[in-house]
Amino acid sequence: MKRVLVANRGEIAVRIIRAVHDLGLEAVSVYSEADRQAPHVRMADAAVLIGAPPAGRSYLDIDAIIEAARTSAADGVHPGYGFLAERADFATAVEDACLRYVGPTPEQIALMGDKARARGVADDVGVATIPGSDGAVADADEAAAVAAEIGYPVALKAAGGGGGRGIRIVHDEATLYDQYKTASREASGAFNDGRIYVERLIADARHVEVQVLGDGKRTIHLHERECSLQRRRQKVLEETPAPRLAEATRVGIHEASIALCDRIGYRSAGTVEFLVDATSGDFFFIEMNTRIQVEHPITEAITGVDIIAQQLRIAAGEPLGLRQSDITPRGCAIELRINAEDPDNDFMPSPGPLTRVVLPAGPWVRVDTWMEAGGEVTPFYDSLLGKVIVWAPDRDIALARARRALDELDVEGVKTTKAMLVTLLAQEWFATAEFNTGTLERWLEETANGRAGA
Amino acid sequence: MADHEVVTPVPGTFYRSPDPESAPFKSEGDTVVAGETIGVVEIMKNFQHVDAQVSGTVLRFLVENEGFVAAGQPVAVVDDGA
Repeated sequence: MKRVLVANRGEIAVRIIRAVHDLGLEAVSVYSEADRQAPHVRMADAAVLIGAPPAGRSYLDIDAIIEAARTSAADGVHPGYGFLAERADFATAVEDACLRYVGPTPEQIALMGDKARARGVADDVGVATIPGSDGAVADADEAAAVAAEIGYPVALKAAGGGGGRGIRIVHDEATLYDQYKTASREASGAFNDGRIYVERLIADARHVEVQVLGDGKRTIHLHERECSLQRRRQKVLEETPAPRLAEATRVGIHEASIALCDRIGYRSAGTVEFLVDATSGDFFFIEMNTRIQVEHPITEAITGVDIIAQQLRIAAGEPLGLRQSDITPRGCAIELRINAEDPDNDFMPSPGPLTRVVLPAGPWVRVDTWMEAGGEVTPFYDSLLGKVIVWAPDRDIALARARRALDELDVEGVKTTKAMLVTLLAQEWFATAEFNTGTLERWLEETANGRAGA
Repeated sequence: MADHEVVTPVPGTFYRSPDPESAPFKSEGDTVVAGETIGVVEIMKNFQHVDAQVSGTVLRFLVENEGFVAAGQPVAVVDDGA
């Protein structure tokens, strides 16, 4: 592999181009009409215009991207995340064009992308999944039958929803029917979809995920990331190692991840997601992401492994050059996501010109971004401007460094999530790592109400 | 008769239906009530409703489906019948 086409934009395209260049390879960018001035276009050795600004007419246009690879004489394609990154048909199209796909096989993408089949793989290797209904239930009677089987308390959740909204907790069958009606009505109102599924209630749940690397024959893990702080299923801040995780649970999720990947002969970088019951230490497989993830740099910070360079080497056909014993994590790393959103207005997206951009730097501060003064945040793509990643020998110093780095960051022209992150870092519950998957949304609601009442 | 312009508060891509498989929220000649959704604008992977400010009849759309709109741009005209 000599010339890699990066089928993406924004900060991840910039990140991938850097890894390509670090390996002495050439990078080809693709871009839409809205991204003519974007840094990923300038940084590449060649760039190909693939279409109109809406993603469906450019970054999601498989034919246009394969054609760009052909005309630019690329011999590999890296999908990044989002867009076509977990589309088996894209991976197939890349391979059919005799190009290397920097990722897993199309079969692995399809298998792990299908929730029921992925749960089947977990079952095969003895990894638990959250007990509950198989998808949405037909009615309250079926919900009651499932609840009787898995045991109370249970959570009724909106099939079309996310975050904490629409969740009803039910303690016994006597109240289930009323609660089901309320949950379904709430779900209809909030998500335009009244379907409900039933799950065992995990009151104090954490979202912890394991980074894996495989070459199709052998898998290693690069330890875990704590990702519980989410708003509407979007991660806001991630850290590694996961704080307040029982050692047996930590080892358990690492081993479960290896078992899952070995079972399917997983190739490339991937992430195995778990829900951890913080009270019991039990863990449950949720899903596997068959791509690079936004938060990969914190893992790079504690392991010293360039995950994207590893992906490129594996795609080129090299066997995995690392053994598990080579991976010794050091210290703590935190990632802060800087989005072009207005936290004071329900996180409304905030497009516009970037009139001033000052990025943090200095010891153990890394910024992965596409933003620069004179750049433009267009309305067409996601709101991620960049990520501030800090490393330190321990969590307290990492927190202090995160505060220092955010203080140095200055973005003018669009609203950003910086101020919200500054306040978040000052919270006692964050300093002591006493949080779960519901904490951030509850806290945001309280602070919004506090402002409204003031 | 008074014509009212329905404006989008945010820039982005304008859609007349909630998803590609569904019928449009409103067609020309349909009646609307104040607060009713007549379209959505996709902005940075978020969807913002564009709602009629007055009740009346949809006279015409000023932007085609999937057209780009600027913040504050009128997308339709509603006749309030007054």
